[in-house]
Amino acid sequence: MESATIDQIIDKHRGEASSLIQIMLDIQGEHHWLPREALDRVSERLQVPMSRIKHIATFYKAFSLVPKGRHEVHVCMGTACHVRGAQRVLDTVQDLTGISPGETDPEMKFSLETVNCLGCCALGPVVELDGKHHGNIDPGQIATVLENCEQGKSQGPTTR
Amino acid sequence: MSDVRLTIDGKEVTASRGMTLLDAAQSVGIAIPTLCHHPQLEPYGGCRICTVEAEQGGVTRLVASCIYQVAPGLVVRTRTEKVNRIRKVLLEEMLAHAPESEILLNLAQDYAADKDRFEKEPSFCIHCGLCVRYCAELKQKHAVGFIDRGAQREIHFIPEIAGQECWDCKECFPLCPTSALQAAYVLTEALLTPAKKPSCCS
Ligand code: SF4
Ligand code: FES
Repeated sequence: MESATIDQIIDKHRGEASSLIQIMLDIQGEHHWLPREALDRVSERLQVPMSRIKHIATFYKAFSLVPKGRHEVHVCMGTACHVRGAQRVLDTVQDLTGISPGETDPEMKFSLETVNCLGCCALGPVVELDGKHHGNIDPGQIATVLENCEQGKSQGPTTR
Repeated sequence: MSDVRLTIDGKEVTASRGMTLLDAAQSVGIAIPTLCHHPQLEPYGGCRICTVEAEQGGVTRLVASCIYQVAPGLVVRTRTEKVNRIRKVLLEEMLAHAPESEILLNLAQDYAADKDRFEKEPSFCIHCGLCVRYCAELKQKHAVGFIDRGAQREIHFIPEIAGQECWDCKECFPLCPTSALQAAYVLTEALLTPAKKPSCCS
């Protein structure tokens, strides 16, 4: 992690303490986690105590204090998805990636999380991959979806 | 600064604007229990043990007296059945987390709270925030803060700062109503120890 990219992000927000969360989100977006050195830099430049930064970083689920994979897989386990077979979807994702919810594989390719509702119940079961929703997904299609994401074309049976 | 006249437990009280109900009550010798209140810190209103009934224009509300400000004509009741019941349940809940806390056990006697009412879940900290706020507001060291949220929320020393600042201060220790703070500090200290150079090598 280069401190130059962190400084760039901070500069973009004019180093204002009121932009703390936005800056943290940008770092999270860029690096998929919040490395300690980055937070130290933010604390120093924004003059915000580390205790406050840590509180925010642990308060919101959007932040991670441990490295995450290049691709984030969210399997919806909400009621609607559940009755439409979310468990089988999750099992398939786990089999294919070799990781359980909350984990990241050693190649840093995927991080897996379950979520409780993505707000699009009519599309259930839903898998969200790098922010893109894959609705009405069939366990048989998951392998293709996961493979495609690495070629930068998260296509497949996508519903927006 | 204009004076405000209100009634607390039937007593006529004259307070100045901006005072809290707690200040006003204390000024006439009416005791209200508090846990998260500290006279030198900003009002917080975290523990709710200081809840009282405040009536204005025929409407009675339950308010935290350590943050609620005096208002003209307010009728405050600090020991009604309802208030007592609220304090009792709050104590019972806190005792599930910090069963050995002396402050809580003493209050439990006053309010006939049963310390075994809820299943024990010893996390010790009752989230009063005294340690965090004292360190931030008065000492301005920010050595200890909250992490996580909801039921998972806990205090957390920032090791780098704690290693520098806490050893000679520890002013927050006596503030903690449980022993959660000391425990967290000792753990942090243990974590820090290997990083320190043993004195024999200097
Ligand atoms: S550790 Fe003690 S002083 Fe700090 S918030 Fe918890 S109960 Fe309060
Ligand atoms: S003393 Fe008032 S809320 Fe804690």
